[in-house]
Amino acid sequence: MTGKVVRIAGGQGFWGDWLEAPVRQVRGGPIDYLMMDYLAEVTMSIMQKQRSRNPRAGYARDFVPLMERILPDIVAKGIRVTSNAGGVNPRGCAEAVLESARALGLAGKLKIGLVTGDDLLPDLDELIAAGHDLRDMETGRPLSDIRDRVLSANAYLGMASMVEALDRGAQVVITGRVTDTGLTLAPMFHEFGWDPDDWDKVAAGTVAGHIIECGAQSSGGNLLKDWRSVKGLANPGFPIVEAEADGSFVITKHPGTGGVVSVPSVTEQLVYEMGDPEAYITPDGVADFTTIRLAQAGKNRVRVSGIRGGPKTAMLKVSIAYFYGYKAVGTLVYGWPDAYDKAKAADAILRQRLKDLGLQFEQILTEYVGVDATHGRLAGPANPEAPEVQLRVGVRSTDKAAVERFTREIAPLVLTGPPSVTGFAGGRPQVEEIVAYWPALIDRTAVEPGVRVEILEA
Amino acid sequence: MPTAKMVPLQLRYLAHARSGDKGNTANVGLIALEPEWYALLKTQVTVARVRRHFKGMVSRVERFELPNLSALNFLLHDALDGGGTISLKTDAQGKVYSTALLRMEVPVTAAVARKARKAAR
Repeated sequence: MTGKVVRIAGGQGFWGDWLEAPVRQVRGGPIDYLMMDYLAEVTMSIMQKQRSRNPRAGYARDFVPLMERILPDIVAKGIRVTSNAGGVNPRGCAEAVLESARALGLAGKLKIGLVTGDDLLPDLDELIAAGHDLRDMETGRPLSDIRDRVLSANAYLGMASMVEALDRGAQVVITGRVTDTGLTLAPMFHEFGWDPDDWDKVAAGTVAGHIIECGAQSSGGNLLKDWRSVKGLANPGFPIVEAEADGSFVITKHPGTGGVVSVPSVTEQLVYEMGDPEAYITPDGVADFTTIRLAQAGKNRVRVSGIRGGPKTAMLKVSIAYFYGYKAVGTLVYGWPDAYDKAKAADAILRQRLKDLGLQFEQILTEYVGVDATHGRLAGPANPEAPEVQLRVGVRSTDKAAVERFTREIAPLVLTGPPSVTGFAGGRPQVEEIVAYWPALIDRTAVEPGVRVEILEA
Repeated sequence: MPTAKMVPLQLRYLAHARSGDKGNTANVGLIALEPEWYALLKTQVTVARVRRHFKGMVSRVERFELPNLSALNFLLHDALDGGGTISLKTDAQGKVYSTALLRMEVPVTAAVARKARKAAR
């Protein structure tokens, strides 16, 4: 291979992913960048809630002890980190990492790039007053319908601020709501000095980011094709992009790790959460997934090339979270014989009691785990000899009292319903608050002037 | 041209798949196990058939073609009881809609059925 190769390693696929992965990425072989994606759609609202109780909270707390483990390695090896672990409090997150660095004796040896400006909550009323409807992209309803229930509102920022932070010497870049793919795009644009209007390069980096943003899901984890043949998943190799200046790249993993990087493993990840493949829209450009070429280029190496893209749009996506109502899910297990019939009878009794109590629900959903819970009627008729069937009933309501009462109607079925029932050791179901997701679009000119990059030093 | 006798075959023998969610919509990426079977998937796994397969479980179905990956992408609208945190379903994020699609049967020649079943063993 000739020319410069930049190695970008995926370290976390979501907040809660395998804690050992980033450590093994840093120590298991050469990498230049470690990217860690923490933010799923409703994560921001959870963090907003934590911040309202404690102004120092509001970011992915796991990130700080994790950085503590790898900071000595990344400083010694010059590995740079991009992460959206900052959530709704990127400054608090950056300060906590700086504190860890000083405690490790790394004072003067670490620069953190802090990206802010994605948080639109403080300006939300002004934005609405200025004519930004922030309509739900699925339903078309304007945000004013639920304004009083909004808990968080963050624009998805692109790569520009992260590229700037890297250009200014940041070794660790901490952001709030940026796109998952931007965490991979930024190192590529920083390293190769590509023009941000080179749409094919934007598309290439976007595809690379999409492939590694879900961690081991592209390197053998959750792989359906020949799943029994995937070995060594006790120590899965997380994916690594080996990027080249022409926009092509190889997906691979460290030697000595489990899992597999193959055309099928990469293809399954490419189609994950896909919409229109010709228009994968990010703040930085639009990638055309129908142009991607994949080829096996050695053991656990897949070459990705040919990617074409188009210009960025005038809009940014906004992730809004709002309070929706309450829900609870109760379960009981019915045993052989006639397990399914017993569970069905119990469901009918439960529903009658809820009705007799006059409780109002937006939804009551019954599933029979072991019969139809995930495939519905496609699963075919229940096996009359099934050793057990789990009855799983969920309710949803804006009336908290109704949901609360439902949670007290599960246990009584044990002594007042069909026989051979067990599995109630977990106690009464919990009432959960539902924080729902409201995706919207906003003119990028309403957001981008407020984006800031600061360099903080340990 | 003599018409070869067609036999029904579950998609699990012809394709692998992965699914995910966007709000209340599930997507299923259906990938031919052999590139030569992509044309068969394209002809047989139509929007109308997929809509019938999932009748009562989803509203609208959209299909996109990715010949470069020997794959089709399906969007199954209103499949997730509201989706995300609203949904009461076990599979609130549509993770196993993928294998639900693989239950579908399509007509194939006896030769294709033989080869596909043999490869699965």
